[in-house]
Amino acid sequence: MMFRSGLRRSLMVIGLVLVLAGCLGNDKPTWNTKDISGMLPDLEFTLTRTDGQTVSADDYQGQVRLVFFGFTNCPDVCPATMARLTRAIRAMPEDLQGQVTPLFVSVDPQRDDLDHLEQYVSFFYDRTVGLTGDESSLRRMVKRYRTTFGYDEPDERGSYNVSHSSAVYVFDQQGQARLLLRPEDSADQITADLTQLVRQNRPQGT
Amino acid sequence: MNWKLLLPYDFSPITILAYLLAASGYLVALRLMPAEERPGPVRIFAYFLGLILCYAVMQTWFDYYSQYMFFVHRGQHLILHHLGPMLMMLSNPLPIFRFWHRQLAPVLGLWTLPIRWAYRIVQQPLIAAFLFAGLVYFWLWPTVHFDAMLSRDLYWIMNWSMFLDGLLFWWLIFDPRSPHDTPSLGYGRRILLLVLVAVPQMVLGAWIVFSRGMVYDVYDVCGRAWPMSPADDQLIGGILTWIPPAMMSVVGILILIGRAMRDDRPRPMPKVAVEGAAS
Repeated sequence: MMFRSGLRRSLMVIGLVLVLAGCLGNDKPTWNTKDISGMLPDLEFTLTRTDGQTVSADDYQGQVRLVFFGFTNCPDVCPATMARLTRAIRAMPEDLQGQVTPLFVSVDPQRDDLDHLEQYVSFFYDRTVGLTGDESSLRRMVKRYRTTFGYDEPDERGSYNVSHSSAVYVFDQQGQARLLLRPEDSADQITADLTQLVRQNRPQGT
Repeated sequence: MNWKLLLPYDFSPITILAYLLAASGYLVALRLMPAEERPGPVRIFAYFLGLILCYAVMQTWFDYYSQYMFFVHRGQHLILHHLGPMLMMLSNPLPIFRFWHRQLAPVLGLWTLPIRWAYRIVQQPLIAAFLFAGLVYFWLWPTVHFDAMLSRDLYWIMNWSMFLDGLLFWWLIFDPRSPHDTPSLGYGRRILLLVLVAVPQMVLGAWIVFSRGMVYDVYDVCGRAWPMSPADDQLIGGILTWIPPAMMSVVGILILIGRAMRDDRPRPMPKVAVEGAAS
């Protein structure tokens, strides 16, 4: 629902937040990373997996999903982020690690073919799922999560830089957006938050 | 030319409806109002230029770049909060307001009362100045700014609040009614308000420009429209927050001084002196 009554509405929201923060301050779980509950829509996509299958968000229902938009030629942000995620997941209690699935979405489909992508993602953490698609379906997905990507002009060797989100979007087992992991969040903080999230939303019977 | 760029990036039916209403309301009033009240072509042009500029930054591809580049976002707010509303209010839409007031006031009756109250409160000079500069600070507060760029609802609230506040503020400043005959704000106070809102905006802009670190990391987090150095993006955005709004205030002050000079009237003689002169 989108209200556009502007200022009055935003003042109301602020007032409400302050009141709620005052009343419920102690009950709310605290997170080390950015809490984005209610700010972004539920997880939804249709992309191609590295084994050639078309997959959607439902295929990973019940898992805490960590979505990262990157590209395999990325010199710094992507390897650093993937390495940090790997460290963070491996530090979780062992029985919970299996409930977390990182999804690496390549936004450079022109250079990242499926084999290449598979090699790249399995280098970091073997449960990482490599996904990509044509540019229009990627654009639809990034728009939904209010991010984007862009390409530089290629140099004489045909290599070019890609601008993309440096954050990891965390969706819970029901597919709701919950956390945003930013580059400054440490592996320890991520481990703590992921563990709390998995425990909090554990499906019935597990 | 790529015509797709003229289409909205994030289609908002309510926004399009509001702009259609603002444009058609003006045109209908123009056709139906008595000829002697009708604004001239320059005024009509100024109104529509302001309106189209604001529409363009909200519902064309410009909006895409505003979401993913800090400096374009600052340009968007420069138009939504300053240039667009300033042009629209400088065009003196008073005859249009009067026309619609004549049409609607009898129909709406008492329903307009709460709106009038709210209007009176937000148009108190100090409140208006506080809102005008305060909204800039509020939406540029790094944590608020992060959320506003991430949440679609907040993003729309941000842009609409800037536009509506811009309209209110510049109407207060450029109200064409002379303070000599009506309760509209005196020229001196109007000028004072323009200075009052310019100073905090200049401080904020300068702070952004001279910040060493990344103040607004949301553009890193959410990806930029093209790979541009974050420091450059922040620098240009800071300059756009710093200099053009201050220049707008200066232009506003010059216009007001011009008006005050034209509207200069001899000070009414104190009664005693008049009587003394007569005797």
